Amino acid sequence: MVPKELKYSKSHEWVKQEGNNVVIGITDYAQEELGDIVFVELPKIGRQLKQQESFGVAESVKAVSDLFSPVSGKVVAINETVGKQPELVNKEPYTGGWMIKVEIAAAGELTGLMSAEAYEKLINEGSK
Amino acid sequence: MDYIGNTEADNQAMLRELAIASAEELLKDIPQDKIISRPLDLPPAASEMEVRKRLRQLAGQNASVADFACFLGAGAYDHYIPSTIPVVTKRGEFYTAYTPYQPEISQGTLQSIFEYQTMICNLTGLDVANASLYDGATALYEAVHLACEHTRRNTVLIAKTIHPEYRQVLRTYTKNSPVTIKEIMFTDGITDLTELKRQLNDQVAAIVIQQPNFFGCLEDVLHLGEMAHEHGALFITSVYPISLGVLKKPSEYGADIVIGEGQSLGLPVSFGGPYLGIFACRQEFMRKMPGRIVGESVDNRGQRAYVLTLQTREQHIRRERATSNICSNEALCALSACVYLSSLGAAGLRDVATMSLAGAHYLAEAIAGIPGWKINFKAPFFNEFVATAPVDTEILNRKLLSKNIIGGLPLGTCYPELKKSLLFCVTEKRTKAEIDNLINVLKEEVV
Amino acid sequence: MEKLIFEYHSQSTAYVPGSETAARKKYIPAEYLAAEELVLPQAAEQDVIRHFTALSRLNFSVDTGFYPLGSCTMKYNPKVNESVADLDGLAGIHPYAPEDCVQGALALIYELEGFLKEVSGFAGMTLQPAAGAHGEITGILLIKAYHQQHHPEQKRTVILVPDTAHGTNPASAALAGYQVRQVKSDSQGDIDLEDLRQNLGPDVAALMLTNPNTLGLFEKNILEVSRLVHDNGALLYGDGANFNALLGLVKPAELGFDIMHFNLHKTFSTPHGGGGPGAGAVGTNNELIPFLPIPRVNKKGNKYSWDYQQKDSIGKVRSCYGNFLIAVRAYAYFLALGAEGIAKVGRQSILNANYLMHKLENYFPRPYPRLCMHEFVMTPHHDWEVSTLDIAKRIIDYGFHPPTIYFPLIVHEAMMIEPTETETKETMDAFAAALVRIAAEASREPELLKKAPQNSPVGRIDEARAGRQLILKYEKRRDAR
Repeated sequence: MVPKELKYSKSHEWVKQEGNNVVIGITDYAQEELGDIVFVELPKIGRQLKQQESFGVAESVKAVSDLFSPVSGKVVAINETVGKQPELVNKEPYTGGWMIKVEIAAAGELTGLMSAEAYEKLINEGSK
Repeated sequence: MDYIGNTEADNQAMLRELAIASAEELLKDIPQDKIISRPLDLPPAASEMEVRKRLRQLAGQNASVADFACFLGAGAYDHYIPSTIPVVTKRGEFYTAYTPYQPEISQGTLQSIFEYQTMICNLTGLDVANASLYDGATALYEAVHLACEHTRRNTVLIAKTIHPEYRQVLRTYTKNSPVTIKEIMFTDGITDLTELKRQLNDQVAAIVIQQPNFFGCLEDVLHLGEMAHEHGALFITSVYPISLGVLKKPSEYGADIVIGEGQSLGLPVSFGGPYLGIFACRQEFMRKMPGRIVGESVDNRGQRAYVLTLQTREQHIRRERATSNICSNEALCALSACVYLSSLGAAGLRDVATMSLAGAHYLAEAIAGIPGWKINFKAPFFNEFVATAPVDTEILNRKLLSKNIIGGLPLGTCYPELKKSLLFCVTEKRTKAEIDNLINVLKEEVV
Repeated sequence: MEKLIFEYHSQSTAYVPGSETAARKKYIPAEYLAAEELVLPQAAEQDVIRHFTALSRLNFSVDTGFYPLGSCTMKYNPKVNESVADLDGLAGIHPYAPEDCVQGALALIYELEGFLKEVSGFAGMTLQPAAGAHGEITGILLIKAYHQQHHPEQKRTVILVPDTAHGTNPASAALAGYQVRQVKSDSQGDIDLEDLRQNLGPDVAALMLTNPNTLGLFEKNILEVSRLVHDNGALLYGDGANFNALLGLVKPAELGFDIMHFNLHKTFSTPHGGGGPGAGAVGTNNELIPFLPIPRVNKKGNKYSWDYQQKDSIGKVRSCYGNFLIAVRAYAYFLALGAEGIAKVGRQSILNANYLMHKLENYFPRPYPRLCMHEFVMTPHHDWEVSTLDIAKRIIDYGFHPPTIYFPLIVHEAMMIEPTETETKETMDAFAAALVRIAAEASREPELLKKAPQNSPVGRIDEARAGRQLILKYEKRRDAR
């Protein structure tokens, strides 16, 4: 499941533009690979992130995955619900399981991200 | 005796199935000139009877607390071990199992660790405890490591009244690392709080105190938690678990991490090991804890069941980013502690603590009355105290040994300023007659 | 299932002769006395014994059955070892008792160090580390001290670790402040020499290598690996977790290892205690001896003593002298086997593993089809609709302990099987027969595997729930639910 309207990173995050902000989460493929997610660690609001910087981790019972920010900018919101109910990332990776909102510092970075088609191609190659 | 179960015929049958003439054909990958060609320089094989004889012979050359009245403590305590403990820990189902990787067939180990974790939390008043570490000294290092990681600071204030070996271990681990260890001196047997305050600032990761301290004295801990927290530092306390039968829980004075040597909870003195590293902390630091942790869950039949949890902290998953490198811990020692505390209960633990401290005070009062002897410190103490002898401590201890008494620990090596002093310890095992015997020898030596 | 010890409510048994209640208030100032209630179990001795006996029966153990857990060397734990470790003159020695009255203990440590040196070829030995991983960090600290003394101007900040290594290797290296760089394995399952060459540089302090490696394969190019590492000025560290294969067969020092830790609880038959205590002796070459932890045991004439005066020592890594009673068991094991018995261990463990592998190789694919050493790795068939986890759980139903699973990480769905030398052909035949049946079930009735285990005290446990709703201790108020 790869929604058409979103942009994607190679490290399996999705990005949704909302004006000057972007919403970031991990893809359905990523949650599937991790398995039952039991813990998500998110940054403090106000933190400045560089593109590709780790902003937190998602943990399943037997795996840990760093979460990388696909864009540079300031964290303006985090999804507190995911902290309490990490299973939301498994159930609704693109909606209720969103992770952070970032105020973008360099809009140009968005154009460097993958389209849904390109991302689908990436995961299909990866799973072969 | 080689414990190899196969007969020669079995081995031949296996070789036939493998279609090879000799087991040497299985060694093709090994550089042939490296295969041992000369007989090993080891003793000849021995029967069980001979093994036992040799071990009894070696054991016979050691002074055991079974035959000697022991007044040595200093972190290794001769408390009574209830008969329930060996009955449980000598069950093959417990001691010949591995780490509980397959929870469906390891519930015995898992549940007992869960019970142990609960007991440690209840003793310390803290939120979470792990399944054990190697010993008190390494537990102290792990606590300091956690504090530095959590606060992202590198200075640690550690009382000089902490067990000298614990401080040595900490130095070994932190040598050539960004961590700076500052030792805080003591006055009249307890940590100098003026000095501690002077050294405390916003660069400090943790204050580390031992309660009761190495000299047996009670540290003035009641405000240390607040003091540390005002500067954003953590407060780490090292405890002697028996004392918690009567003393305040570390949570009552603001401890963030509590570590300790758990040997006193049902383990023999064992010439120093295996022992039991206790580690407990507040909820906030849970994900940075070292070691195994057991959690409760349910199985697919709806039963309550236990399983290793929070494993993503550990080396087998996080590898170089793990919170520690611990794999083996001291599970069977934790089981001993669990059976010990189950057997005694809160009232029993309080009795052990009270009997020990009563005996120690009886001895201290008697020593204070012997001409030339001096009790060094005025601070209240638990079951150990420091006394200065008017005679050579080595000669005195030799004399005591000849009377089947193991005397106090000479402190000169670790504290040059206490060259003629001894650290005495009394546990509930020391009878009035044994204590009186000791007192009589001390009196004789003065004369 | 057995209830928790906290859920018993009987009269606790008294073990101490008295209580002296007044002494508490007399000697301890009120502000130090506990204010809060201490909650511990309250159970009569008979309930305590029944409780823990009931718990023990929920465990699988070497004493109850075949335990082929790869890389853990679950050999038989001889009973005489347990019995001698309980002798008062060993278990009852105070660690700070005067040297004169612990001569037997010092002699035992001295002799055991000698036995370990003889089977490994190392010149120096310490028994201080309490476990394998503790031996690793000790070894890495020795390496650090060595480089710092011999060429303080060099910046050796990296430790190389193969991709097949135990997780403790990178964790130990990182703990000592090193960066960890991973070296690939080649198509044969050996360390990739080309990748090793690429990774070796002036910044490398050591390579940590397990031999046989965790695929159960002898590193064929070990002599070349050793040459490359040493030519680079680095040291070769041996992870002795798999030393059982080489015991009595090859001395690791002669393969070029400069330093190695031993797991006394694997190779030398001491029990694992459900996760410990183990013991992790460390052996070194001559040049590393000055850095070994203090105290070191010395012998002069017939007298043994502790030597604390080693100016270059890294210091202490643990209180006292190590897990002494574990050393006692390993010592008893050496005495029992003697030169002849020790010489058989590695060979028999290799024969047993190859035999078992042969019995299974037509049913379970192997990623590296070579002769194995003391253990081997296999996987499920990829057309089966079951995972390694399912197979492991089904093995429980047949009355055996499952192998190590999902390790080494480079093999997808790995199962790592180590029978050890103490197991008989009869036991291995029974295990092989069970696995052959499970293979048939896997292709015909995969549901049987997915539902497994059924013949165990509890079924599969919801580990995700344990990770999400963390319940890490018993709290009374939860009774209300």
